[in-house]
Amino acid sequence: MSQPINLKKLTIAMPKGRIFEESLVFLREAGVKVGADLPDSRKLIIPVEESELEFILAKPADVPTYVEYGVADVGVVGKDVLLEEERDVYELLDLLIGRCRMMVAGLPDWQPTEAPRVATKYPRIASRYFREQGQQVEVIKLNGSVELAPLIGLADRIVDIVSTGQTLRENGLIELEHICDITTRLIANRASYRMKSEAVDEIAQKFLQVIPKKNTPVM
Amino acid sequence: MARPLVFEKPLGMRDMLPESLVKQRQLESALRHCIEKWGYDEIVTPSLEYYDTVGAASATLESRMFKLLDKQGHTVVLRPDMTSPIARVVASLYKDVPLPIRLFYQTNVFRAQEKEAGRNAEFFQTGVELIGTESGDADAEVIALAVSCLQAAEVNAFKIAIGHVDFAGGLLEEIVSEQADRDRLWQFLQDRDYVGYRQLAGSLNITDTERRRLHALLHLRGGKEKIEEARQLTVNGKARKAVQTVVSLWEALEAYGVTEHLLLDFNLVSSLNYYTGAVFEGYAADLGSPLVTGGRYDHLLAQFGRPAPATGFAIKMDRLMQVTSIRPREITQRLAVVYPASSRQEALLEAQKLRKNGHIVITHLCESEEAANAWGRERGYEVLYVNGREERE
Repeated sequence: MSQPINLKKLTIAMPKGRIFEESLVFLREAGVKVGADLPDSRKLIIPVEESELEFILAKPADVPTYVEYGVADVGVVGKDVLLEEERDVYELLDLLIGRCRMMVAGLPDWQPTEAPRVATKYPRIASRYFREQGQQVEVIKLNGSVELAPLIGLADRIVDIVSTGQTLRENGLIELEHICDITTRLIANRASYRMKSEAVDEIAQKFLQVIPKKNTPVM
Repeated sequence: MARPLVFEKPLGMRDMLPESLVKQRQLESALRHCIEKWGYDEIVTPSLEYYDTVGAASATLESRMFKLLDKQGHTVVLRPDMTSPIARVVASLYKDVPLPIRLFYQTNVFRAQEKEAGRNAEFFQTGVELIGTESGDADAEVIALAVSCLQAAEVNAFKIAIGHVDFAGGLLEEIVSEQADRDRLWQFLQDRDYVGYRQLAGSLNITDTERRRLHALLHLRGGKEKIEEARQLTVNGKARKAVQTVVSLWEALEAYGVTEHLLLDFNLVSSLNYYTGAVFEGYAADLGSPLVTGGRYDHLLAQFGRPAPATGFAIKMDRLMQVTSIRPREITQRLAVVYPASSRQEALLEAQKLRKNGHIVITHLCESEEAANAWGRERGYEVLYVNGREERE
């Protein structure tokens, strides 16, 4: 590595979209100078002037990957993604935003079937959950519109995240089983957590300052 | 899986081409020189070991071992690490050699990968084992040696985090009465899931003071000042003893003069349950994963019938390659001795003479001097065209 090493500079991986916007509000409230126009930017790497921060905008499922490999020091990502990706990262803080729940859902008249099939964007979570329940199911990975699967007979149940339940209701589905609650987390790379401990602690502290205002304290 | 295409290799396997191998060999030789000065002797053990001996004793998960059947039907494994084979040797072939025994190795180990490519299933390690010394001075020696190794490998910025397996475990025992809760908290620490840890700690039926102590564990990483903080968290017993061990270890490391490269991390818990005392991990700036892992494993040797305390570490060479400042040696200018068939003997003798004088010499048969020069230019060789007959004419 020939370039000088800056142990204060922090690269933060963020999911594009709502969570990024909410996190920016957080950081602004915590006194981090982030430009007002960031969410509209189409750039994928965004340096923050007057601070040693840099954002990488990524697909949510890729955030833990960036952090595990250390191309980002810390990241902001939903617990659903962490459970699905099983990456080796530090999970430092519950930011208490992006609150939803991981559910098993199906048609109201659902009955156990001989060869159960479950459609989901989260095949690992689904497999693990049903194994823990002592059920063998066939998990079908879909990339979107999972609610469709029971309606057209592709699967008899789905595993998905539910926040208001509106999409389920609109498609005539009901929540059958609650797997776990999901919120957004602050994660850190294993090496950055130690090599850049001050910078990592500082950003965690800044998030922490604003979390209690939003919700009940967790620390 | 589809039938492999000709260019494909099994998951996690990779080639080492001359360009990077030159660099790795240079690094290995730098590390070897460093380690030998501390009185460690090199050892090589077989690539294959019995699953029931080395495999079962190894800290590597069974699911990550490459298992095969030998001709007699025994399950054998590609060695998943070097620590267990060395323990086997020390307890058998070296059973009469007095302790302490200092050994080092530079070799490849194998760990099957479950996730996608990008993670190696075969990787090279340089490591040391110091077997037979119980005192903190032995832990300090291997940590100081790890620092020396990283310096010898010219790693610019690195830190070695030191912890103790009994601290977190002991603290949990002091505070949490239910074994099941302790196990879950321990699992959260291993998974590095501090959110889950705090949530569970928050839901336990314990006093607020006890809860604060559980939370405080997560903040015990930093410099020497953390020792006092750690001590204040403990009441007595295992955790307090772990702090004492760390205190004397730190004193020994101060004597080695290496503490500027160290930090303390009392929540450093290894997923490997075989560590029994001080543990450490080395990190370099701009490298996402630990470069060095090590620690004390006092129970392993007993599994091979010669109980003895031990400590050691391994450096991952592929990671070291990414952060070393050592530049690969320039490839020395190569000479090409080119000759027509009629001058073969003369040319080959000349080539031998040049090699003896330290040149790298390639020989090539070519009837025309002009073509020989073009051939050499294309490959970057300095051409020496030997044509005895012409000279005689």
